[in-house]
Amino acid sequence: MKIHIKNGHLIDPKNGIDAKQDIYIAAGKIAAIGNAPEGFVANQTIDATNLVIIPGLVDLSARLREPGFEHKATLESEILAAAAGGVTSLVCPPDTDPVLDEPGLVEMLKHRAKQLNQAHVYPLGALTHQLAGKEITEMCELSEAGCVGFSQADVTIKDTQVLWRAMQYAATFGFTVWLRPEEPYLAKDGVAHDGEVAARLGLKGIPTAAETLAIASILRIAKETGAKVHLCRLSSSEGVEMVRTAKKAGQQVTCDVSANHLHLTDFDIGYFNANTHLKPPVRSQRDKTALSNGLADGTIDAICSDHTPVDDDAKLYPFAEAEAGATGLELLLPLTLKWAEENKLKLSDAVKHITQAPANILGVEAGDLSVNASADICVFDPKQYWKVEAKALLSQGKNTPFLGLELAGKVKYTLVNGHVVHG
Amino acid sequence: MLNPQLNDDGELKHLLSIEGLPKRILNQILDTAESFAGVAEREVKKVPLLRGKTVCNLFFENSTRTRTTFEIAAKRLSADVITLNVSTSSQSKGETILDTIDNLTAMHADMFVVRHAQSGAAHMIAKHVAPHISVINAGDGSHAHPTQGLLDVFTIRKYKPEMHNLRVAIVGDVLHSRVARSEIHALTTLGVPEVRVIAPKTLLPQDVEKLGVHVYHDMNEGLKDVDVVMMLRLQNERMAGAMLPSAQEYFKIYGLTSEKLALAKPDAIVMHPGPMNRGVEIDSAVADGTQSVILPQVTYGIAVRMAVMSILAGN
Repeated sequence: MKIHIKNGHLIDPKNGIDAKQDIYIAAGKIAAIGNAPEGFVANQTIDATNLVIIPGLVDLSARLREPGFEHKATLESEILAAAAGGVTSLVCPPDTDPVLDEPGLVEMLKHRAKQLNQAHVYPLGALTHQLAGKEITEMCELSEAGCVGFSQADVTIKDTQVLWRAMQYAATFGFTVWLRPEEPYLAKDGVAHDGEVAARLGLKGIPTAAETLAIASILRIAKETGAKVHLCRLSSSEGVEMVRTAKKAGQQVTCDVSANHLHLTDFDIGYFNANTHLKPPVRSQRDKTALSNGLADGTIDAICSDHTPVDDDAKLYPFAEAEAGATGLELLLPLTLKWAEENKLKLSDAVKHITQAPANILGVEAGDLSVNASADICVFDPKQYWKVEAKALLSQGKNTPFLGLELAGKVKYTLVNGHVVHG
Repeated sequence: MLNPQLNDDGELKHLLSIEGLPKRILNQILDTAESFAGVAEREVKKVPLLRGKTVCNLFFENSTRTRTTFEIAAKRLSADVITLNVSTSSQSKGETILDTIDNLTAMHADMFVVRHAQSGAAHMIAKHVAPHISVINAGDGSHAHPTQGLLDVFTIRKYKPEMHNLRVAIVGDVLHSRVARSEIHALTTLGVPEVRVIAPKTLLPQDVEKLGVHVYHDMNEGLKDVDVVMMLRLQNERMAGAMLPSAQEYFKIYGLTSEKLALAKPDAIVMHPGPMNRGVEIDSAVADGTQSVILPQVTYGIAVRMAVMSILAGN
């Protein structure tokens, strides 16, 4: 199958391309950019006039809910949502049921995903058995089975001795440890940023110190053990500042922020909108600004969707009891574009955070449009507005704080390995 | 964001929280309550305003005083009243709140009075119910207890009619108190110029000053020259642990005694939403003393709840 995408504006941050360029695809790979290779005859031509061509999105956190939570979402439904969102590579955290702590489970997931022949699925293995924070997992076996790193998802290791050993072991083999920094005692039972809104609504707060204390211990232990660490879902101004300092000092650390946190503050909780119940909590305007600045100056590497499909029933509880999480795969691109526009950034600078940067963190070949790279491509209309509503979303999760909002950026075509999976 | 408590004409549709209610509506409720205050003195303690209506008291959390006063209020308005202690029935069978609501709606309830241990429960129910149904929040988690806030300002207005010239101190566990939040909003909305909160830092929410209150940690400073002292109940589970070392130490520092009360204005009134912990947050000599208006609060509670129900039924 040979595909010619013509007349589009091509943005490839890695190769520094930001211009009108045609792209030629053959045998699942990018054959050429600009001029057609000799003798190229396309089976399919995609007219991308007024459209933007970027590398397929790389999402550092998308819960597909399999195995174990098929009533919330299935691999099939979410992989279609990924395609509709232009996401061609995604990382799934290990908090499935059973937890991804056995090679067999990881192989099964990889196999199922491969059969669907859609987005590349990169599982994170559990760092400890059952995520219980007591015994470390067979990281080498899990890595062979396909895990790209090791994570505790939303469960924190309370015992710092275990965290230390887990990082030592991971460091031995060069595995990256993915941790969402949250000190579990300070965050206990908390559901919202510990500030004015939580005070008004009578919600139990999670203080910023829950994040900063955890970052401090993780960075310190990582430094001592030599472990590579990726900090997931920063939420606070102080947290961003700590990572900035660590990076300046030369520490090997990367981090991401969820697209939700670039646009929401605790005031968006409004009258107990359960769709804004997220982990970590959305914080103050000041924190939101700091996250945005941290992303713009490179302190924060990547934007992820933190896609967490939740069934409607699980949200029909009072705020604290409603399950945390929001659907996100189909919103990652439009929310990134919105962020770029609000901060007057070049499209290429924004796109980098959902393509090249996350691919670098993963250490996989993705997120760019180099010749001979796998043809994972997203073609979108930057000017087309669409309304976020249940019927517009392919994901089985229909809950998002952005329901009802009109967003610019509609994915027209998604290609994985050179075949069209959406469009 | 539309205020979920008001209908399209800006009139009260549900009573969920004092926050966000205009002064006009607070005064309407207080003035209406004034007209009901005399009903209890009559030989026939009933008015027919809610005749044919069904009021459903839905208590997902235990309560005696609030539940009883709502029942009395509804009965004095001639409504049919059902009271369900849901904590002991369907919830333990796994039925969700909204299932319970749907079932009661099918039985043609017109008004729900809801108490729940989670903040936001009343808002969630109000969002879910059929358009003809009104919801009254009788206490949700640490969020709001609007009828208590209203009866407290009603009581203050009775004893201290010049609201715009008052200094009010709220003492105790503001962090967990839905009563304190509703009092603060009611007082600030009605134009009370100085509302103070007095408590150790462990019992105050982060950024509490943004609710428009002055923060004190010292009773001697905080009570100085106040016109009204509003005491809060200290829940048993908070009396020892990480929040407070002991009930004894709490009483020593924050308990209201005659000596501490003497720092307030000589004609200051003392209030408490009940049930009281004598010897923990308040000394018996003060609770039963001449400055105490704790029992009138209970009496006025009925009139205020009648006012809220009749206004909601009228809208």
